[in-house]
Amino acid sequence: MHLSRTARIALRVGAGLGFAVIYVPLLLVLVNSLSPDRSASWPPPGLTGHWWSVAVHNSGARQALWVSVKAGLGATAIALVLGTLIAFAVARHRFFGRDTVSFVVVLPIALPGIVTGIALNSAFSTVLQPLGVGLGLFTVVIGHATFCIVVVFNNVVARLRRTTASYEEAAMDLGASSFRAFADVTFPLVRSALLAGALLAFALSFDEIVVTTFTAGPGIETLPIWIFDNMTRPQQAPVVNVVAAVLVLLSVLPIYVAQRLSGDTATSSRV
Amino acid sequence: MATDAATAAGRGTVRRLAGSLHRRPRLRLTLLLTAPLLWLAVLYLGSLAVLFVSAFWTTNSFTSQVVKVWSTDNFHELLTTPVFREVILRSVVVALAVTALCVVIAFPVAFYTARVAKPRWRPLLVVAILTPLWASYLVKVYAWRLILSRGGLADWMLAPFGLSGPGFGLPATVLTLTYLWLPYMILPIHTALAQLPAGLLDASADLGARAERTFCSVVLPTVLPSVAAGSVFTFSLSLGDYITVQIVGGKTQLIGNLVYSNIDLNLPMAAALGTVPVVVIVLYLLAIRRTGALNSL
Repeated sequence: MHLSRTARIALRVGAGLGFAVIYVPLLLVLVNSLSPDRSASWPPPGLTGHWWSVAVHNSGARQALWVSVKAGLGATAIALVLGTLIAFAVARHRFFGRDTVSFVVVLPIALPGIVTGIALNSAFSTVLQPLGVGLGLFTVVIGHATFCIVVVFNNVVARLRRTTASYEEAAMDLGASSFRAFADVTFPLVRSALLAGALLAFALSFDEIVVTTFTAGPGIETLPIWIFDNMTRPQQAPVVNVVAAVLVLLSVLPIYVAQRLSGDTATSSRV
Repeated sequence: MATDAATAAGRGTVRRLAGSLHRRPRLRLTLLLTAPLLWLAVLYLGSLAVLFVSAFWTTNSFTSQVVKVWSTDNFHELLTTPVFREVILRSVVVALAVTALCVVIAFPVAFYTARVAKPRWRPLLVVAILTPLWASYLVKVYAWRLILSRGGLADWMLAPFGLSGPGFGLPATVLTLTYLWLPYMILPIHTALAQLPAGLLDASADLGARAERTFCSVVLPTVLPSVAAGSVFTFSLSLGDYITVQIVGGKTQLIGNLVYSNIDLNLPMAAALGTVPVVVIVLYLLAIRRTGALNSL
């Protein structure tokens, strides 16, 4: 399409504004973490690294970070196993209800988080309470794993659809047992998809707040919950600013890793 | 020698197991699916089912105990109480407004990244669109809290014009939600525009169409399914949100807030309220399915 000069300039300006809208808020979080002031007034009266050193020693934030990492690792491990199993079933078998299975996998992420959250909450309290077990970190892990399965599934199933089963068959024709064929042929083929899926699952769990709110036991505070609780406390504002800035800086990491892994899988399917 | 024999025997067992698994695809399938289906169907769908059934129970207003007697009182109350109707309507309007704003902002950005920018810059621009998706949801909302707070960036930018920022409230909620879900709209539009064959546009020009005509008759119809696909995200994510409203919405209430505030006192009512976004999203998906957008999700 031959665009006129004015149309091209207009599009450039429009896109420039669009990117500005996307990045200015993130940059603001970074600058704000260096502001000596407790309020969010703009422009900041000066720049200081003082709050960064305060934040490093903030025990609440550090504990919350640790809880988030544990919950993320647990949920990722479960999601990796379950997501891969479903991916192999759906990609390599034909069976009654196959489409339903793919649909049910997506459901936990498609429904509003609050619906998933209260459903799991009431299920946990009806099943666990009679057993004398309360909510805790393990219920958070169960909740997170439920909606993390889909990202592992998506990545692995996409990879399996692009690789035929004939490689494995060739290996078995050459005398490999099906376990051996899996370990030497299939697994290397899906390895990067598994890594990408794990990365996505961890990121999704690390960022989750709604389901966490309803599945966490007393005293279990993940980083998003900590930020949410402290966001409105003026006393804690500088530390929240630093934690927010750290999270913005960390968000570059998955993109970098995903690009190194394989351009196709990880970046295209955040959901 | 003995250990060698043992490992050989072990290997034999493994081989036999592998062989019998290979010969029985049904058994393999069962082994693959048992654990995930127990998790998703029993744990997840089971709790969802119980939740929806409990929407038909009621709560004793004196003891706050759930009364397990089937009734449609909650849904009746939902549809007749003015406050509930108002909040439901407001939530749907907010979700639609966010979707519309996303389309308006996403289109020029996607058109630029897919067709105007130099080809070697395009992959980098796509990464630039994707990166904010990885930034924490809460941090992005917090950024808008900073921008819109008194004396914040919005006030500072508008001060030369004698204006001040919108502050916290409904407009702030719409703005923040638009910001959150914008990449979900840019990406599908970008993909559709990037896949548009250049020959098609040239053919349109050869047949005498001006740029505007080509845009309306060629570009728009091919991009529409992607817009619909993106709108599934922007619409349903906005409809289910209640955290953003709490942070930048001032006193504004959306369906999510109503569900949240009912959980402790009246779980059946919360469950009934929770079905509303689910039903609206399903209706939206059914309406969207006509455009064929769901195939490109």
